[in-house]
Amino acid sequence: MVSFVLNGKEVEVDTPPDRRVVDLLREDLGLTGTKEGCGAGECGACTILVDGVSRLSCLMLAAQLEGRQVTTIEGLRGGREAGLHPVQEAMVDCGAVQCGFCSPGMALSAVHLLKRNPDPSRTEIREGMSGNLCRCTGYVKIVDAVEAAARKMRSKPAGTAAGDTAP
Amino acid sequence: MKNVLLPRSLCELWRYWEDEPAATVYAGGTDLLVKMRRGTINASSLICLERIEELQGVEEEGDFIRIGACATHAHLLESSLVQKHLPSLARALEVLGSPPIRNMGTIGGNICTASPAGDTLPPLYALDAEVELCQRDGVRRLTVKDFLVGPGQTRLDQGEVLTAIWVPKADEYNLQHYEKVGQRNALAISIVSLASLVCLSSAGLVEKVRLAWGGVGPTIVTCPEAEKALVGKRLTLKTLQQAAVLVRQTVSPISDLRADAAYRRALAGNLLLRLLELSR
Repeated sequence: MVSFVLNGKEVEVDTPPDRRVVDLLREDLGLTGTKEGCGAGECGACTILVDGVSRLSCLMLAAQLEGRQVTTIEGLRGGREAGLHPVQEAMVDCGAVQCGFCSPGMALSAVHLLKRNPDPSRTEIREGMSGNLCRCTGYVKIVDAVEAAARKMRSKPAGTAAGDTAP
Repeated sequence: MKNVLLPRSLCELWRYWEDEPAATVYAGGTDLLVKMRRGTINASSLICLERIEELQGVEEEGDFIRIGACATHAHLLESSLVQKHLPSLARALEVLGSPPIRNMGTIGGNICTASPAGDTLPPLYALDAEVELCQRDGVRRLTVKDFLVGPGQTRLDQGEVLTAIWVPKADEYNLQHYEKVGQRNALAISIVSLASLVCLSSAGLVEKVRLAWGGVGPTIVTCPEAEKALVGKRLTLKTLQQAAVLVRQTVSPISDLRADAAYRRALAGNLLLRLLELSR
């Protein structure tokens, strides 16, 4: 049994301790927003937030989640009913999505980056997002989107993203 | 199914290890879990060190900075002690892997993985860093240089764990650099890397210099001849080119899927030339 907080809700999961977190999320818990690309830590498609920090769910085992706060793309801004997170809105507005496979990981990496650095330069955005590969967009619009999200999040008072389960 | 144990203290680790003596130990998992999936490592059970209290943190201990073996690369980059006293290590951490890899991977893991291309290894070598190795009934210290034996090979004994890295403060070196050449900027395994520590006098003469290369031998490579050739000199293009010749004679690179040996040999010397612009 592994107990942790998943997208704001306490869960207790009966899983082999050596199950990869990406498999636990996708196959056992049905959270297919988390993608598996390379399975080796190179592409960032499986990025999740663990205690608010971006980590790769393909390189973590279920036992490591014990007691942690986990945020997947489904949990950003409290889930679908509560609307999109500013980062997701900016990705839509800027056309930062093509096939969409990298988008969940990109969004979560951007959330972590903006938490640490609310006003990043374009170079800092490129560095902060450098663990997430995109094979479609050429990255320019993704950088545009993170920049736009940063502006939006700075201009709105704290708490606007209430329900955001990312600590 | 493999058991995965998460000890919270060294005491607990020794206890778990007694029950599962064949367990494979890991920290960030960024290397081990890839190898397990590929089938190159077969573990019967796993012990994850990431929650052991004693293996965290960065402290100032006299002339040393003591780094807990499970400090993540991201944690070290945020440490003012590392930034202030060990800038060459900080430069290496900045270009290691990617942000999520740096959030997971640990300095102890980078050392124990013992890749000739490991990014923290050249600065730790150049800095004369030491590893603190702990067994249930004792502690010993070895230089990183003595600890690393070859690709993936260290002097870590059975039942022993790397607990900390002791790095002498490098304040005397007023020029510190780390540069790696890879196939892309992020998520690249170094083709060749160089850590340089130079103490330049006010007159611009080299008083002391330490150089260590990654990716050009079975483990980290130093070149005392090149260091000797630079001492007492100004960092001009000519002196650096002369030292670079000695470097190319010293290194023993191999050809692999990232680059061939001749390219690595040329590059190992050329990386030295960067000191010219950095010293201006």
